[in-house]
Amino acid sequence: MSQVNLAPTFSTQQDARPVLLSVQELRVWFELRRFGFGHAGYVHAVDGVSFDLAEGETIAIVGESGCGKSSLMKAILGLNKPTAGRILFEGQDINQFDAAKKRWYHSRVGYVQQDPFGALPPFMPVRRILEEPLIISGVKDKDERMERIRKGMEEVKLSPVEDFMEKYPHMLSGGQQQRVVIARAMIMEPKLLVADEPVSMLDASVRVEILKLLRALQERHNLSVIYITHDLSTVSYFSERIFVMYAGQLIEKAPVRGLIDRPAHPYTQALLTGTSEPDARNALTYKEIPPGEPPSLVKPPSGCRFHPRCTRIIKGECDVNEPLEFTIEDRHSVSCWLYKG
Amino acid sequence: MDNKQLLRVKDLKLYFRTRAGEVQAVDGVDFELNYNRAVVILGESGCGKTSLAKAILRLLPRNISQYSGSILLENRDVMTLNEEDFRRSVRWVQMSLVPQAAMNALNPVIRVGEQVAEPAIIHLGVSKQEAMEMAAKMFQHVGVPVDFLTRYPFELSGGMRQRVAIAMALVTSPNLIVLDEPTSALDVLTQANIFNVLKRLKKELGLSFILITHDIATSSELADEVAVMYAGQIIETADAEPFFTNPLHPYSQKLMASVPRLHEQKELDFIVGQPPSLINPPKGCRFAARCPFRFEKCAEEPPVFQKDGREVKCWLYA
Repeated sequence: MSQVNLAPTFSTQQDARPVLLSVQELRVWFELRRFGFGHAGYVHAVDGVSFDLAEGETIAIVGESGCGKSSLMKAILGLNKPTAGRILFEGQDINQFDAAKKRWYHSRVGYVQQDPFGALPPFMPVRRILEEPLIISGVKDKDERMERIRKGMEEVKLSPVEDFMEKYPHMLSGGQQQRVVIARAMIMEPKLLVADEPVSMLDASVRVEILKLLRALQERHNLSVIYITHDLSTVSYFSERIFVMYAGQLIEKAPVRGLIDRPAHPYTQALLTGTSEPDARNALTYKEIPPGEPPSLVKPPSGCRFHPRCTRIIKGECDVNEPLEFTIEDRHSVSCWLYKG
Repeated sequence: MDNKQLLRVKDLKLYFRTRAGEVQAVDGVDFELNYNRAVVILGESGCGKTSLAKAILRLLPRNISQYSGSILLENRDVMTLNEEDFRRSVRWVQMSLVPQAAMNALNPVIRVGEQVAEPAIIHLGVSKQEAMEMAAKMFQHVGVPVDFLTRYPFELSGGMRQRVAIAMALVTSPNLIVLDEPTSALDVLTQANIFNVLKRLKKELGLSFILITHDIATSSELADEVAVMYAGQIIETADAEPFFTNPLHPYSQKLMASVPRLHEQKELDFIVGQPPSLINPPKGCRFAARCPFRFEKCAEEPPVFQKDGREVKCWLYA
């Protein structure tokens, strides 16, 4: 990185809720090796990401595959070590935690995987799947464990509980499997839920059921949620703010309605154009989609990372200087030179 | 017979034998398709839509217990052909398939150009030289640079591989292409790009498509007509315009109400319960157990009713 993004950190402090999670100038780079030892550059998977998440707030991170959203998520879960930058949870750096503190952190953060069948161990019945986190975090009393499993299953509407307790994942439908995954994520009563494409593998009618369930849990427990998705159309039903990610960076941050009704970044505009709604007139027109594909994260383009595909490029600016983050309206900021002022 | 008609499927049945019983995956499907039109077969997982594609192309597994009905393709009942004639004169000659996840099914150790050329060599009997030229032409049609012919699949992005899979289905110039979930694993922009390609092919080459998908929103990008499938049966067929504005069957209505919209904030709906097992499907209307409008009549199997030129298999329209 030759340039450092000096943009001011985007603030969420207007709603006066305390900050739960603060990601500061986060970079996650993976080293590439040649023949197993020679250095061959880095994959800049996450490259300068900053945001604050308030208690009880839901945000969505939207981006295409390979944009770094999963690497960002794994860093937040403590599974990827940051190359630079910090992640603060309730003001404490999660990468400074010792083993005991790490266990505590993992009980504060729940994780809902994308593919429910892949995320559940096939040889464990539902009861055992939900018991596991409780055993690990030292809930010794068997009755208490069963009580919490029962409560957790009722909360995700896996009822009557007895019917599901001893079932194995393959005996459940996709929607029920995803409920087990959610119950497992919630069983330690976390404050933060990270949901990675929780509904993308499900059928349309089940999808809504799961989204509604997640929203109900969020409201009941005042959860903070990071909802990671590539599908803009489900976002407005679930989150307060949307961050758009492209090539390892957050290029636009805005409240949901602001982003969908007044997208600022050319990439965000393209994403919205590309998202279909059921309408017979779609078949009559071609969509205007920027040419090319997202860049390699090994050698990202100079300047703005979207400039090779952008139709509104400012020559001599966009291809040279990395754009700063400009605030264009209340809580709506964009990293694009078109909004220099 | 109407000479605009390309395909007419009548009472098509495909049952599988399994240890648990007979699976009625496709159970009496009727639909028609004219030249240069696209029909979308909409349905959720397990409704039998992929089995329908396989039944039309006669790509059958060994455990079939019943395979019957008629498939009139360009005025010829292809169901009466024997396996060899079907292979020689129908499959890949008159119609071809882009299977689900085709982009991941390319042979990793053969250059994509050769893979695209192969159907032409086998089905049209052209020389390798000619077939490669045809492949190059198809690459241009689907928007893959011609110098990619000598690349291997791993050197291509997902969207490019999907275009290659489409080129492979096109190379023998069939009139009908069956697409099974062509974009479900792709990103938004790549999806939109593939649909641009399909629209252009339809216009430039006069192709017809059967698009099999669960994704209602993107299906509208190509659809002239829609057929909704539920539990092995087609329960509603209509032109795209009336269908997307006002679906008739309660299942279609519920399905449409579950589609999230970008620009309007409306409460989303979902369908309680699960589709029935296809091993012993319920008597009467198969959607009845989940239907909010259920009444006594629904215990009997509904026939197909005509309403404003649309067809719907529901007693509400008797």
